[in-house]
Amino acid sequence: MHPAPSVILFTSLSGLGFGLLVWLGLGVLAPTGWVAFVFFTIAYLLAVGGLMASTFHLGHPERALKAFTQWRTSWLSREAWASVAALVLMALYGAGLVFFASRWAVLGYLGAALSLLTVITTSMIYAQMRTVPRWNNPTTPAMFLSYSLAGGALLAGEVTIAIWLLTIAVVAQVAHWVVGDRALAGSGTTIASATGLGDRGAVRSFEPPHTGTNYLMDEFIHVVGRKHRVTLRAIALISGLLMPSLILLAGVGHLLAAVAVLLHLVGVFASRWLFFAEAEHVVGLYYGKR
Amino acid sequence: MAKDQPQLDTSPHVSDEVRKTTCYMCACRCGINVHMKEGKVAYIEGNRDHPVNRGVLCAKGSAGIMQVNAPSRLRAPLKRVGPRGSGEFEEISWDEALEIATGWLKPLRETAPEKLAFFTGRDQSQSFTGLWAQSFGTPNYAAHGGFCSVNMAAAGIYTMGGAFWEFGQPDWDHTKLFLLFGVAEDHDSNPIKMGIGKIKERGARMIGVNPIRSGYNAVADDWIGITPGTDGLLIMALIHELMKAGKVDLDYLAQFTNAACLIDSDPNSDSHGLLLKDSEGQPQVIDRRTGQVAPWNGEGVQPDLSATDRHAGITHRPVFHAMAERFLDPQWAPDAVAGKTGISADRIRALAAELARVAFDEAIELDRAWTDFRGVTHPKMIGRPVSMHAMRGISAHSNGFQTARALHTLQILLGSVETPGGMRFKPPYPKPHTAHPKPHCKVTPGAALDGPHLGYPQGPEDLCLTETGGPARIDKAFSWDNPLSAHGMMHMVISNAHAGDPYRIDTLFLYMANMSWNSSMNTRQTMHMLTDTDENGDYVIPRIIYSDAYSSEMVAYADLVLPDTTYLERHDCISLLDRPICEADAVADAIRWPVVDPDRDVRAFQSVLCDLGARLNLPGFVTEDGSQLYADYADYMTNHIRRPGIGPLAGWRVGEHGLQHGRGAPNAGQIDSYIRNGGFWMEHIPEGAAYYKPFNSAYQDWAVQMGFYDSPQPYIFSLYSEPLRRLQLAAEGTGAHQPPEHLRARLQTHMDPLPFWFEPLGDETAEGYPLHALTQRPMAMYHSWGSQNAWLRQIHGVNPLYVPTKIWKAQGFAEGDWAVVISPAGSITVPVAHMAALNENTVWTWNAIGKRKGAWALDADAPEATKGYLLNHLIHELLPEKGDGMRWSNSDPVTGQAAWFDLRVKIAKSPAPQEAQPAFGSVGSPVPDATETLAWKVGK
Amino acid sequence: MTALPETTDRKLGLVIDLDTCVGCHACVISCKGWNTENYGAPLADTDPYGADPSGTYLNRVHSYEIQPNDGPAQLVHFPKSCLHCEDAPCVTVCPTGASYKRSEDGIVLVNEQDCIGCGLCAWACPYGAREMDPAAGVMKKCTLCVDRIYNENLPEEDREPACVRTCPAGARHFGDFADPDSHVSKLTADRGGMDLMPEQGTKPVNQYLPPRARDAQMQPPALKPVAEDAKGFVGWLDKALSRVGGG
Repeated sequence: MHPAPSVILFTSLSGLGFGLLVWLGLGVLAPTGWVAFVFFTIAYLLAVGGLMASTFHLGHPERALKAFTQWRTSWLSREAWASVAALVLMALYGAGLVFFASRWAVLGYLGAALSLLTVITTSMIYAQMRTVPRWNNPTTPAMFLSYSLAGGALLAGEVTIAIWLLTIAVVAQVAHWVVGDRALAGSGTTIASATGLGDRGAVRSFEPPHTGTNYLMDEFIHVVGRKHRVTLRAIALISGLLMPSLILLAGVGHLLAAVAVLLHLVGVFASRWLFFAEAEHVVGLYYGKR
Repeated sequence: MAKDQPQLDTSPHVSDEVRKTTCYMCACRCGINVHMKEGKVAYIEGNRDHPVNRGVLCAKGSAGIMQVNAPSRLRAPLKRVGPRGSGEFEEISWDEALEIATGWLKPLRETAPEKLAFFTGRDQSQSFTGLWAQSFGTPNYAAHGGFCSVNMAAAGIYTMGGAFWEFGQPDWDHTKLFLLFGVAEDHDSNPIKMGIGKIKERGARMIGVNPIRSGYNAVADDWIGITPGTDGLLIMALIHELMKAGKVDLDYLAQFTNAACLIDSDPNSDSHGLLLKDSEGQPQVIDRRTGQVAPWNGEGVQPDLSATDRHAGITHRPVFHAMAERFLDPQWAPDAVAGKTGISADRIRALAAELARVAFDEAIELDRAWTDFRGVTHPKMIGRPVSMHAMRGISAHSNGFQTARALHTLQILLGSVETPGGMRFKPPYPKPHTAHPKPHCKVTPGAALDGPHLGYPQGPEDLCLTETGGPARIDKAFSWDNPLSAHGMMHMVISNAHAGDPYRIDTLFLYMANMSWNSSMNTRQTMHMLTDTDENGDYVIPRIIYSDAYSSEMVAYADLVLPDTTYLERHDCISLLDRPICEADAVADAIRWPVVDPDRDVRAFQSVLCDLGARLNLPGFVTEDGSQLYADYADYMTNHIRRPGIGPLAGWRVGEHGLQHGRGAPNAGQIDSYIRNGGFWMEHIPEGAAYYKPFNSAYQDWAVQMGFYDSPQPYIFSLYSEPLRRLQLAAEGTGAHQPPEHLRARLQTHMDPLPFWFEPLGDETAEGYPLHALTQRPMAMYHSWGSQNAWLRQIHGVNPLYVPTKIWKAQGFAEGDWAVVISPAGSITVPVAHMAALNENTVWTWNAIGKRKGAWALDADAPEATKGYLLNHLIHELLPEKGDGMRWSNSDPVTGQAAWFDLRVKIAKSPAPQEAQPAFGSVGSPVPDATETLAWKVGK
Repeated sequence: MTALPETTDRKLGLVIDLDTCVGCHACVISCKGWNTENYGAPLADTDPYGADPSGTYLNRVHSYEIQPNDGPAQLVHFPKSCLHCEDAPCVTVCPTGASYKRSEDGIVLVNEQDCIGCGLCAWACPYGAREMDPAAGVMKKCTLCVDRIYNENLPEEDREPACVRTCPAGARHFGDFADPDSHVSKLTADRGGMDLMPEQGTKPVNQYLPPRARDAQMQPPALKPVAEDAKGFVGWLDKALSRVGGG
């Protein structure tokens, strides 16, 4: 899949933002006043910023409201509902903390649940795709959730939770790669099944339909070099997950916490870039590109 | 659920009007429905009533809308202001352009008309442009046939009175086995595809003989991946096998071919090898009823295939004896040819047996009685349901003429020509070689030529020679170099004109011929010849006038450019006098008419010739008072009279009792009648005349009625070709017309009256070049035209060199690699791709995808100009020097057909260059830059 | 509405005959022409005369090479457009309801007024049948020429998809797969029509007819020589002619 910056930014940032909102809503930290304002601002900048970024790749962003209509069938529509509901509820909850120094707990729990649901719906947009075997398995929601919650905890300064979740994220991430690397082969979809010609001999793409590129090739066919992949996976693991854990274990100062967050963010970007760039859409088989 | 669905208008407005005309996106001439909205072209589809395409349409045809709006369309007449080849022009008025042309041409006509060389590329109006050239008085006129498929056409005409495409087609409705030899993928495009579709639908079988298994060959049930240039050898082996097994149609051969005609077998006789004739000039056979000699066409005569005759002390034996000697020779045995053809002897034997099985064991009979020219009535039509088709793949070799002769001979031996299930002619063919004109070349300053330029020589006396025996034409057509060059030799014009051999010319006038690029061998050298100057700094070819609708590579090499219209903006006639569009069951012709008006200052080239002809005071183009005779081409189409009662268009002519077809006087409303009828005219052949056309009295009478000939012209097929023998006899030293000494041996070999196979002439100097290199046109492109078309160029924007598995592995190639390809004439560096379904010693690429930077309104960094390339750089119009110190022409010695496919190369991996090599600088574009995004919708 | 209809009254679709398709791209361009001028936004092309031309096409012809264990390699031309799946994953992912499957005939369509151009439906399609138009920003796909097949402004014989009407080799057939007696149902049954990527569970309506066996060795009875050379041939000829009689 084409690693579109808008989608990488969206999933990375909104994941962090909603992760932070989860911890805020649960009351694991319950700041008030200016401190609460700062935390909520960070959470909303990330969550809303991410959502805004996601509209960059729309052909018709002005029609975005129509995306709320199909929640019965569409994970994207569900995501729209969940994210807006979470943001509205958490805004009220945050207002309580900032302006009234009151923690309206029920609102917070509801908001946290919706924030969590938002992350789940986002991950399900990808996990539902049978066309992308690398995504079409439980490691996708597991990875999205663990990254989101770990990042949120990191932003929230919840050291113990963050360390545990970062560790879980390592497991989820590695599982996603291990499962993902075998997913296309395991899916049973091959150039033979794509063409129905496999029983006659070895099938290969001879000429593409057009010698130039097209939307499908630009969107779905992206080949990551092996060296590149190893490097980026190392960055995702080390910078995104291991280093922040080590920093947290070493003891927390504000500056070091900021470094941990930045390292995590770099790792998340690397992970998400790979999430898309490594994902093999089966349509690539028609182009002989897998 | 349905109530949740959007309201959808399933009957939207389709178009304001449908205008039916003829396609020109390739040479097929299909009927098209042009849907108009608000006066603009909205959509193009095939015309269901049209004989050629029956409603279907290929990719090119459907993309016509992108040709009519192409940014490459020329906009106004151009006068060169920079050096030739720079592409620097100024736009001028038509008046100025025509005055310049008249100023150049008028003095030539008055003093030396041959100093005008007028050649017209992919012209579909040759009977008109030829007439213009004839009226001008120059002998130097031809179209592109010489570098296309003249071998196939000429061999067909000389052998059986027609070949393929416009001449004939398989009997798609009855054939049970279809054998397809080398055909460019866009050749006779829709009819072949429709035919293959019919075959497939009926469950009949198709065998492809082609080094490359793409396109039509990909759907063939069996593929024979032959070595290029050896098709003739395979065919000779098939004939050998069939003859040896007696699996030939003796009855058919005796009655309808010259196999029973007697030839002089005395080597000491002056008429050795010529047919025995009676006082009326009729070839003689032995009548089995009497055992006596009788004319071939005598009433009730039963020609004997075997009996000999001794006459005036000379033994005459039937052609069939000579054929047995030729074809049964062990050199043509499957075991002897397997190595060269790359096909196992067993496979060849099986193919021969399969042909015999289908032809004779699965013969079909139609319950239609017919009467032959001897007055014998046959109760049934017997069909040998084996059909064949071939074109450039076997034609564009130096042995192509004799190979095509062999192919036609094979069909005839099986009795499958003009019989049900076999190969069928399309009117006005069949037409024997003797009924065609002969070439003419007699120049008289200030007057017309003595007759039409092109034709079919019957012997040495018909060649176009000067008094000293040298070539009379600039292209040396119809000279001893290549006596039967029936379509001229356009590919030799520029190099001969540059060399001043046989003489210098003044003005080169070209139409629709991209000679500075894909239509010339040795492209770089051609560009040099076009721009070369003499010691005074003057161009060696002093003046070049060019007409084209588009900004082709050739435009930059012209001094004066006459911009043509696109095919939807013009009148044209697809005439029976030209390359007609008939079907095996019907005669037809067609028109184009302006379905839109040009939005530029351009004029249809033929209309410009009407104007120029009048300015030059050409006979046939001015009235008695000297004013312009034809206002434009439409006027010519309607009012020109070629022979009494015969004009360019056969439909709706004026007869004694109203409108009639075929013959008649001009009809002022004729074009309107065509438009009302969908742009064409068609009349079906009566059922009893549908087969055996050359021999069938009912067909002959109908043909006279239609005006194809003025009297019945029944004939028999020339398995033994007497015109060839006459030339060969001259080369042996007999007769008044003698060839130059250096050509004598070559003529003796190649003017063989019976088909044979020889190694392609270039092979002798091809040692060290183990591979064959071919091009073919993709189905979705027509030569260079497709690249200017926004929709088509996306399909074929680059042309990798396809390399077979053996070479791919040996060279260690990987996807994305480049290779240097070297021939005896040059080298290119190009991208490669792997293809397994390919003869193991052949590489190939798509033709004419490579473009010159600056041409066709493409950006200079377009892939066609950076990765695309031509094989032409590897092909020289002359062969390398041999032991005799001569450089022979790279062409067929009989017809002069360009031997494009004789190319031999070697290949090696190369670092990827910046661009495909050789790379050429940009030429100036005479048209503005193109648009960035295209979303073409003319309706609301 | 992005819920799929439980059943459709008819199942309109195409049969594509891989035995017959010569790979000419006629269907590709005919489709491009009709759908540029008709249903919804025109099919745009970016950089149409430049270095990197890229346009929207609703139908594209691939080609595949097959190397059997023995025998020469084969080439198969492979046209591909929307297969109008019964379980169309492209429909259910659509967040706006722009994508829908018609309950009356099963045609999968995009209502361009509702399309936000998110591209998710293209992601969900395993066949590459949907392409985002670069100029209009909406998803384009094969409509099975829904604006032709019922169009009363067209002659009845022309009420079929543009690709079918134009196909020179007759390799494309249009009809109702819900009717077991239809031409397309019979062709599918007779010739072993197949689903593409059956494991994806999309239940495509369009069916592909596999190529017939290629290069099955010709095994006609061997020819028996009547002669070895010209002299022998003439001898045989005399006998043969006397048998023929009248000549």
